[in-house]
Amino acid sequence: MKKVVVIGNGMVGYKFCEKLRAKDPGKQFEITVFGEEPWPAYDRVHLSAYFSGKKANDLLLASRSWYRENQIDLRTKELIVLIDRENKCVLSHLGHKIHYDYLILATGASAFVPPIQGVEKRGVFMYRTLEDLESMMQYGQKAKSAAVIGGGLLGLEAAKAVLDMGLKTHVIEFAPRLMPRQLDEAGSGLLQSKLEELGISIHLNKNTREIKGNGKLTGLEFADGSFLEVDMLVVSAGIKPRDELAEKAGLEKAARGGFVVNEFLQTNDPDIFAIGEAASYNNMVFGLVAPGYEMATQVVNQLLQNEVRPFTGYDMSTKLKLIGVEVGSFGDAFGESEPSKPIVYENKSKGIYKRINISEDGKRLLGGILVGDTSVYSMLLQMVQNNMPLPPEPEDLILGARGGDKEIGAGVDALPSTAQVCSCENISKSDLCEVISEGVHEIDALKKCTKAGTGCGGCMPLIKDLLHAELKALGKNVKNVVCEHFDYSRQELLDLIKVRGIKTYDALLDEFGEGDGCEVCKPLVASLLASTWNDLVVLQDTIQDTNDRFLANIQKGGTYSVVPRIPGGEITPDKLIVIGEVAKKYGLYTKITGGQRIDMFGARVDELPDIWEELIDAGFESGHAYGKSLRTVKSCVGTTWCRYGVQDAVSFAIRVEERYRGLRSPHKLKGAVSGCTRECAEAQSKDFGIIATEKGWNLYVCGNGGSKPQHAVLLANDLDDETCLKYIDRFLMFYIKTAEPLNRTATWLNKMEGGIAYLKDVVVNDCLGLGEELEKEMAFMIETYSCEWKEVVNNPSLRAKFKHFVNAEEKDPTVGFQPMRGQKRPVDWS
Amino acid sequence: MFTELEKYKKAEQSEEIIWFKAASVSAFPENGGACVKYKDLQIAVFNFTRRNEWYACQNLCPHKMQMALSRGMIGSCGEEPKVACPFHKMTFSLKNGNNLDGDECSIITYPVKVEDGFVFIGFDQNY
Ligand code: SRM
Ligand SMILES: Cc1cc2nc3c(=O)[nH]c(=O)nc-3n(C[C@H](O)[C@H](O)[C@H](O)COP(=O)(O)OP(=O)(O)OC[C@H]3O[C@@H](n4cnc5c(N)ncnc54)[C@H](O)[C@@H]3O)c2cc1C
Ligand code: SF4
Ligand code: FES
Repeated sequence: MKKVVVIGNGMVGYKFCEKLRAKDPGKQFEITVFGEEPWPAYDRVHLSAYFSGKKANDLLLASRSWYRENQIDLRTKELIVLIDRENKCVLSHLGHKIHYDYLILATGASAFVPPIQGVEKRGVFMYRTLEDLESMMQYGQKAKSAAVIGGGLLGLEAAKAVLDMGLKTHVIEFAPRLMPRQLDEAGSGLLQSKLEELGISIHLNKNTREIKGNGKLTGLEFADGSFLEVDMLVVSAGIKPRDELAEKAGLEKAARGGFVVNEFLQTNDPDIFAIGEAASYNNMVFGLVAPGYEMATQVVNQLLQNEVRPFTGYDMSTKLKLIGVEVGSFGDAFGESEPSKPIVYENKSKGIYKRINISEDGKRLLGGILVGDTSVYSMLLQMVQNNMPLPPEPEDLILGARGGDKEIGAGVDALPSTAQVCSCENISKSDLCEVISEGVHEIDALKKCTKAGTGCGGCMPLIKDLLHAELKALGKNVKNVVCEHFDYSRQELLDLIKVRGIKTYDALLDEFGEGDGCEVCKPLVASLLASTWNDLVVLQDTIQDTNDRFLANIQKGGTYSVVPRIPGGEITPDKLIVIGEVAKKYGLYTKITGGQRIDMFGARVDELPDIWEELIDAGFESGHAYGKSLRTVKSCVGTTWCRYGVQDAVSFAIRVEERYRGLRSPHKLKGAVSGCTRECAEAQSKDFGIIATEKGWNLYVCGNGGSKPQHAVLLANDLDDETCLKYIDRFLMFYIKTAEPLNRTATWLNKMEGGIAYLKDVVVNDCLGLGEELEKEMAFMIETYSCEWKEVVNNPSLRAKFKHFVNAEEKDPTVGFQPMRGQKRPVDWS
Repeated sequence: MFTELEKYKKAEQSEEIIWFKAASVSAFPENGGACVKYKDLQIAVFNFTRRNEWYACQNLCPHKMQMALSRGMIGSCGEEPKVACPFHKMTFSLKNGNNLDGDECSIITYPVKVEDGFVFIGFDQNY
């Protein structure tokens, strides 16, 4: 067996191990990894999350057990001090000597410290490792102010961390502007004013001459003679590759640091590779993870004798969110690579700056800068990378198409082939299309062979749409069937259930399905049955998603959350007290949700019925936070209190929420009612949003927040209460009947032929003649509503289902909590 | 000391099985699962009524180490009986514990038998 030794267990070193094991299940290589730091590789990119409460464990890229399970010998806290090329072995500071056949240098970089007098003083920190952050945090508790040397990407990130620590923050930059490598003067000017608004002082053109203080720093002295008093200093002015092993080993070092590698990432010793920030290709060090990952992949390919793509540089475009300001810089950001013409859009009051550089012949996009709004970043980057032709009016790219209300490309067809579909596994549209064209036509198979959708699962609807679009393009007649067990679409199943009067999942499967069902069709059918018969969902508990099965949302660690309904967000002091008392009694973590109500977290499954019993006694009912059903109808105070209100928004919101509570639907439903056009209830981001006018209500539909926010569109205006409810009845029932599973109303509308005009026709003009039927169906749902928790609490056999062990009265011993800000939180998952 | 995961491996090891009487058949929901405690182990037991079969596996989902599989939905993938973890819907074969969404992290399954209305689970007698 060949022996691979990796020096450095950072992001890239880890990726190398992961890829090598994944692509070589037969384990033809023995792997040993040395890491100087005390913990296994962690996510350095999100290092700053440590300041917002993330623990070292949350940031780990893999737990120690992962290394064990994959038979990787991980040695943390062990520094390699010597490479002996002659005998092909490395020596660690503990005196261990290990032989290698292939050696991978993934030693990364350390913070670059400019030669300033006094950097050794107490209170001066680097910003690179968890240990750096730990010591900063400790020291920071006693400090009031801090300066960061470096106004680039890393420096601003450090500034954010210092700001989060509650310190008065200064940024010192040598250049005449912030982020000099990514932004032009106008762009960084805008960024600067945004940062200043947040209270960060920016000092440009400053050359730090000396760090003053007696043992502990007290301030900075600049070359221009000025002085800045601070208690703490963070140096974040760039990186310095860790190539200290090069010299003694006779490995070539680049002038600006880093192990010199060729396009196969080999050093001058062909059995020694360097990857990540430690490698220097063409006199360039790549200070981002993506190029490092690409290097790791290519070295793995070489070891396994797979096809190798030579590494010849990497696109260094970047997009990030800095302290609440989005910044993007892509391609040739300054238009310097060839003669070019910039197009610039600047809106100082909105804080937006956009610049694109167009080739002289006006045919190609070379690069650009975005500050304040980076929504078009991916599209523009695709255009640069793929040399795509420019539209006739290139300014549309940054201004949006003006005049028409048609948005540019909402469907999957409009996605560029390189677009990332699954961000957890980094799978692009073209990766998926390739596999589909090779004959993988089932969603499960597609998931399995690409791993797309196996992380958080949020991209599954998009993957499904993509599969259908591709199959259509291949000339296949695609029917949008539910899964391998039902050869029907959701809508067809709903019709079958209604027409045949089917009441249970088993009956439907017996009559119209095959096999034994699965986690896709079971909850889907459960939702259809609920939307049709409004029976208690817990009666068929094993076909429900876990949240519906236990009528509560499952949380990290296996406990559940409890969310009572608080219609319109209105609650009496007495009820508030009850919530407080119940939470205290059962030791629950409480939080105000984004939906204007209160969530209590950390209840064990066996406690749920007892908790609910107390809540129901006090007049609460289920909030259905666990269901694909109506969540909340948010409100603002409206006429009753607000000096601008024109209608009583709270009363109407309560009426609407109580009307549709418990209604099961293809996806969750949210509503809001605002008392005037100022729109404090954010109604335009809801599935149905109602905004008061002098004459009545304007009804908006099909909006949502979430990862792809979309504004609701106006369905009808100046409605009286009853008409407004009638239209919502029709709208919701039409959605329930015709939408695909797990499509929010916005997605449903986007796919609807004829769009909003057609929807208006159906709901307002009743062009299908369905109006009355839809209203009747809704009336049935409203009449048959009952609080499911009340049913459970009062029914001993249903109550008995809420229990962890069937053969012991014990609770789950693995549930664990840790304290946080006077409350509790679950222990981290490993 | 074993890690949580290793305990389950240890409990399935040898051919010498002892049968643990877990609970009566009626304690398990039809076409669903419930959790059984055996020493310091948690075992998910499934009453697959539709196939007239019983299955048992570790309750611990290896993806994020959550005690959850007994609360998962069961079903089939082709002929293979499977369970989907309620957390992130990773699916595992109930026959051999293989991860059906990829090759990583499989689970341990245990033999089950039903006698006189009681459900028994088989463990390594040395555990
Ligand atoms: C508790 C809460 C966060 C908070 O602490 O404030 C929350 C928590 C969760 N949200 Fe949310 N969302 C909460 C308000 C929101 C809002 C804000 C709002 O409602 O005004 C949004 C954006 C508005 C919207 O939905 O359009 C929101 C958009 C999402 C989405 C994205 C939906 C989308 O269409 O893209 C998901 C994912 C999903 O549903 O598939 C989600 C899913 C979840 C889940 C259910 C994820 C899960 O399955 O574990 C979280 C579980 C909560 C729990 O265990 O109790 N949550 N979530 C909020 C509960 C509101 C309530 O009272 O019921
Ligand atoms: C605050 C911050 C924010 C960042 N944000 C982004 C971002 O948004 N996007 C982005 O793409 N990149 C970002 N980066 C850069 C990114 O983190 C690095 O590109 C990446 O970590 C490089 O990986 P690496 O494995 O080469 O080096 P490292 O992650 O530094 O790992 C090298 C490891 O090797 C160890 N080591 C070194 N020498 C030895 C030795 N002789 N023996 C044993 N062990 C040794 C080190 O201790 C270290 O743990 C950020 C970096 C920081 C610090
Ligand atoms: S945004 Fe919603 S789903 Fe995501 S972590 Fe927050 S609560 Fe959970
Ligand atoms: S914890 Fe089971 S799938 Fe994630």
